[in-house]
Amino acid sequence: MSGDDRRVAIALTIVGVALAALGTVGLPAFYESFLYIIFSWIALATSWALLSGYAGYFSFGHGAFFGAGMYTTATLTTRFNVPFLWTLLAAGVLAAALGAGIGAVVFRVKRLRGELFGLLTLAITFVLGTIVLNTRIDGGPGVFLSAVPLPRLLASPTGTLYLLGLALALATVGAAYAIGRSRLGFGLFAIHDDEDVAEVEGVPTFRYKLVAFALSAGIAGVAGGIHAMYVGYVTVGETFSITVPLYVVLMSVLGGARHWLGPAVGATLIASSLYAFTGGQQAVLGRAAVALVLVLVILILPEGVVPAILRRRRPSMPAVEPAPALESHDAVAGEPAATAPAAALVAHDVWKAFGGIQALRGVSLQVGPGEIVGLVGPNGSGKTTLINVISGHYQTDRGRIALGEVTLSTRPAHEVAGLGVSRTYQIPRPFVHLSALDNVALAATFGAARCSPGQARAEARRWLEFTGLRRRASALPHELNLHERKFLELARALAGQPRVILLDEVLSGLNPGEIASAIGLIRQIQARGVAILFVEHLLRAVLALSDRLVVLNEGEVIATGSPHEAMRAARVVEVYLGTPHVA
Amino acid sequence: MPSLTLLGQALVSGVLAGGIYGLLALGLSLSWGLLRLVNLAHFALALLGAYLTYQLGTALHLSPWLAAAVIVPAFFLLGCGLHAVFAYFRVTEFTSLLVTFGLTVILESLIQWFWTADYRRYETPYATASLRVGPLFIPTLEMLACLTAAVLALATWAWLRFSYVGKALRASAEDPAMAAAFGVNHRRQAFLLSGVSAAYAGVAGAFIALISTLAPAQIWAWVGVVFAVVIIGGLANPIGALLAGLLIGVSESLTMAVVTPAWAPLVSFSVLIVLLIARPGRV
Repeated sequence: MSGDDRRVAIALTIVGVALAALGTVGLPAFYESFLYIIFSWIALATSWALLSGYAGYFSFGHGAFFGAGMYTTATLTTRFNVPFLWTLLAAGVLAAALGAGIGAVVFRVKRLRGELFGLLTLAITFVLGTIVLNTRIDGGPGVFLSAVPLPRLLASPTGTLYLLGLALALATVGAAYAIGRSRLGFGLFAIHDDEDVAEVEGVPTFRYKLVAFALSAGIAGVAGGIHAMYVGYVTVGETFSITVPLYVVLMSVLGGARHWLGPAVGATLIASSLYAFTGGQQAVLGRAAVALVLVLVILILPEGVVPAILRRRRPSMPAVEPAPALESHDAVAGEPAATAPAAALVAHDVWKAFGGIQALRGVSLQVGPGEIVGLVGPNGSGKTTLINVISGHYQTDRGRIALGEVTLSTRPAHEVAGLGVSRTYQIPRPFVHLSALDNVALAATFGAARCSPGQARAEARRWLEFTGLRRRASALPHELNLHERKFLELARALAGQPRVILLDEVLSGLNPGEIASAIGLIRQIQARGVAILFVEHLLRAVLALSDRLVVLNEGEVIATGSPHEAMRAARVVEVYLGTPHVA
Repeated sequence: MPSLTLLGQALVSGVLAGGIYGLLALGLSLSWGLLRLVNLAHFALALLGAYLTYQLGTALHLSPWLAAAVIVPAFFLLGCGLHAVFAYFRVTEFTSLLVTFGLTVILESLIQWFWTADYRRYETPYATASLRVGPLFIPTLEMLACLTAAVLALATWAWLRFSYVGKALRASAEDPAMAAAFGVNHRRQAFLLSGVSAAYAGVAGAFIALISTLAPAQIWAWVGVVFAVVIIGGLANPIGALLAGLLIGVSESLTMAVVTPAWAPLVSFSVLIVLLIARPGRV
């Protein structure tokens, strides 16, 4: 547990104990329900942000899970006489199952990101509302819970609900903090920035999104269960309305959806200001005012209040890490640890088509440990497709790719990364909201190295040092120049402790001095026994570095062998220079 | 099993309702496809247009056609103004959804504040007129709305396909930097398109005022259905939007006739979800 973790845990405990004590004193019922409302919104907004803030999948369907929870409690207590507290568990489980079920369908379709996901989830609220209204769950008139006995945790019923709301809000905020610092949170942040790269770096994106969605929905379900008891009368019109999705989005965006405390701050601000507008026409104008705030915040302060304040409080976030700390750290870390046992990458008869275009036609090649194989060929010959197929981003149509004895070609990309295959992108694709250090630490966490988040940072520092980026550790990717971003790609590929590295045109766009240092780095990587597949247009570098050459044309291997042999093969000369027409 | 006449009548009313869906989807599809802005406020604008038509008709006794002649150009300007805000703050595809979500709630609240949440019905002599074809009745107004949708969809298609502005807009949607390098002034055309899209909301609003009973919450009933229509029809595809509107309208009204009216709201979502999962490349 780090110092930060301890401080947050202590702060949450103090707040919890103080507010619980306030409840036992016997607050006037008005304050108890006022605070309960705020707690309820904190739980809802914070739970929403677990998926939508951390992973960037904006859901407009939070009302569906809240409503599912409300109707679970309403149905179980009134029709089956289940004790109230047990129904909360059921509400949470049911809502989580609903979220997971929807996620299991929606997350399989790659196109359903961004606004399409938002619209689909918005639809879910109304679909669920229609189903509840037209079945025996409600049937139209609504459900009364006035006769349901409420366990007496405190003297008054409002006191009991106050305590339940407080417990749920604190638990949710605590969970948001813990997840933000965990492996899961790290993966979700990466999904937010670039889901495809996250998967290739080893993040099990599908599973993580599913877990986050289920958790988010489950907490909303419990909040709904408590709220059913609070309102005492549950109707479809009130439950499955646009209010919940609107407010949770607004609260989280206002407070800062990517920060664990942001939604709670936003919820407190909005829920207390809403109390000023109660009843009749005033409430209508109040809603308009809240919506106006939403519009203005998104236009003017897109990242939210909490991150903006934190930035202002620490305006001089050191762009350069304090040197002494780093020095001592390096002394502890020493030389990079030995990589996993070496193994050869073998591709055998690999085929891949996109629609009518046959990108790869039976490609076979082999890269041994400590060997550099240059992969060359004209544009469109299938080099990058081959890298995408090896890294698992695309599935092969036919053929087998293996690392040593282990088959790669049937596995999803994150498993391939976990087995020790990493790659760089021709146009660098860093995670834009993560610092250079965290970009590299992510690869150390999810690659073959499997570091804990703490270890991963130490590991990442070493690789930044190795690539000469130590002084840029806390810089965001947009602050780096092209050469630095290319080297960040390299550091990220190395931090996973791979057995195979696929380098996709790491040298393009670099100046001669930078190329020389990059070639030096690649030689050092080779010396560590890593198998390197090296795609490059810069023939001089290819000839200097490669032990063997594979020449691709229109998806077929047309020559292999030592660099000079391969480049002299008749077919290669023909492809590069054309057929001699002079007899 | 309902009688053939009933099915025929369901088919007719489905086609007519589909025309309104298509009309609403048209403007949305244009701004989403060509400006990369998801304009949820389009529905609120349409409803505002409907209430204004109602207000001008009941308070000033302005004929709906005259009211539309005032509202449609005014909405064109409103659309341009809205785009000025989007352009100034560099609103992206995703934030546009959040911003217009807020705008929708503001407009809904203002409508509710001014006209209250009570149902409003604009009584005109046209409302009850209908044609009789064999055993089937075709309400004149709804037929007119459907024809207008068809004419506007065809005209928009031709405009995008053949005019310079249309080609420039399509080029900018494809690759803004490259289009600009070839001399396309995207800013000016974006204003034009945004205005046209809002004007279409005004047209839809005028028909909605004449055909249906008005209530502020109506906005949310359209959102899901019309977005489904836009996505099924294909972005920036006017003819597709119209055909998808008809498809959804007919499947809804057949569900109402054969199963039960209460389940009709589920139809469009089911069609959408099946399409998204079966043919994800389409979107």
